[in-house]
Amino acid sequence: MSMLEVNNLKKVYVTHFGSNKVKALDNVTFNVDEGEFVAVMGESGSGKTTLLNILASLDKPTSGEVRLEGKNIAMLSESEISAFRRQNLGFVFQDFNLLDTFSIRDNIYLPLVLSGKKLDYMQKKLEPLAKMLGINDILDKFPYEVSGGQKQRAAVARAVITDPKLILADEPTGALDSRSADELLRLFNKINNQGQTILMVTHSTKAACSAKRVMFIKDGRVFHQIYRGENTYEEMYQKISQILTLLATGGDRDE
Amino acid sequence: MGFFETVKEIFLQYYPLFWDGVQVTMLLALSGTILGLFIGLVVGALKAIKPEPRDSGLVKALKRIMGFILSVYIEFFRGTPMMVQAVFLFYGLKPYLGWSPMVAGVCIISVNTGAYMAEIIRSGIQSVDRGQIEGARSIGMTNVQTMFSIVLPQALRNAFPAVINEFVINIKDSSMLSVIMVADLFFQGNSAAGSLFKYTETFFIIALIYLCLTFITSRVLMYIEKRMNAPKKNNIVKAGEAA
Repeated sequence: MSMLEVNNLKKVYVTHFGSNKVKALDNVTFNVDEGEFVAVMGESGSGKTTLLNILASLDKPTSGEVRLEGKNIAMLSESEISAFRRQNLGFVFQDFNLLDTFSIRDNIYLPLVLSGKKLDYMQKKLEPLAKMLGINDILDKFPYEVSGGQKQRAAVARAVITDPKLILADEPTGALDSRSADELLRLFNKINNQGQTILMVTHSTKAACSAKRVMFIKDGRVFHQIYRGENTYEEMYQKISQILTLLATGGDRDE
Repeated sequence: MGFFETVKEIFLQYYPLFWDGVQVTMLLALSGTILGLFIGLVVGALKAIKPEPRDSGLVKALKRIMGFILSVYIEFFRGTPMMVQAVFLFYGLKPYLGWSPMVAGVCIISVNTGAYMAEIIRSGIQSVDRGQIEGARSIGMTNVQTMFSIVLPQALRNAFPAVINEFVINIKDSSMLSVIMVADLFFQGNSAAGSLFKYTETFFIIALIYLCLTFITSRVLMYIEKRMNAPKKNNIVKAGEAA
């Protein structure tokens, strides 16, 4: 059984008086296995964010189901949802979204604090993580005192410290310079190699190349997907670029 | 006798009366601002709750009704003069509550300030970066936890200058409550001026006293604001307990 199953997911946005219906997602079906690193690509307006919001349990699908280890996310009640997110999901955002009222260390601790963990447990969890991510020196600073790349690494630490089943990343390299972006992608590969499942939405071909599988969405449907497999980085880059061009010029589904 | 000599004369004769007035004025302004801030926090926080995509139909409807009632409250108290509210509420509710002018005065200025504070808090909440909310929700905070431990502290800090401003405004606007016989500084000035029939000189003093009060208050609060903006360490364990 796959870790994440998305079955016939549909999302229709209805405008205020119900006169106008916009299909954001139209029958999206895919699976993610444990330990996979999947990138989702698509033009803006293709439904990527809607998909991510539904996976993140921030939004409800119109129909269809999302199963994380067999459990249907859409059926969870509002009171179950925050605990569910805390226990199962890790988030990495484009704008980091670290909480400005807390230091970096407290930001990373916070998910554990919320689940009532002891301080020495938290310290034990953070130590190897901070070393791997190279954020030891900035732990006592505040989010507005460190650089974008450092913030994003802290955000990654916050996302993985709870050992989530799935990490959802929404354009994690979008606000980073190319060096910090490379560094972040290396990090993602590293934690992925340690068995962490990652689903990343991205615009960047470079970011998508580091994934093991790339899924393309167009007009609310899964249009195509390619596997990294034995491809070299250059071949992968080539392939992705070609498909993106195809998407932009309006290629057919049978292509 | 020259202008300033008369002023001096009046001051020496009536300063105990003025001092009483200052106390009443400051009591009104302070209690009105604090109670108003409390009302504003509750109303502003409730107003910031918007129907979410995940909500069921009933919850959505309840949220809309609550929003409507709160809007009516805010629009009424911001859209009519406090003097009118004071007379209307004081005499209107007197048969039922039998309240004294002072109690009525505190209530009216609080409820009035509350309406302004609600808007101040609401805009403070809106000024908090959307990402802060996303971040808090993503690590598994509930709606309520997010509001109280992440959004409101930042909103309050952003709104602090406006809150100070409300306090200074209240020092001046409490004079309107003299229409319901609250013995504040304006009321005392009026009685002094009336008995001597020297309005210009008396109100010269009253104006100076008001100026001192507002000036000192705004300087003190500005100093506090500066201190507040210095980064401060939050206690993580405490935040966890609150959650």
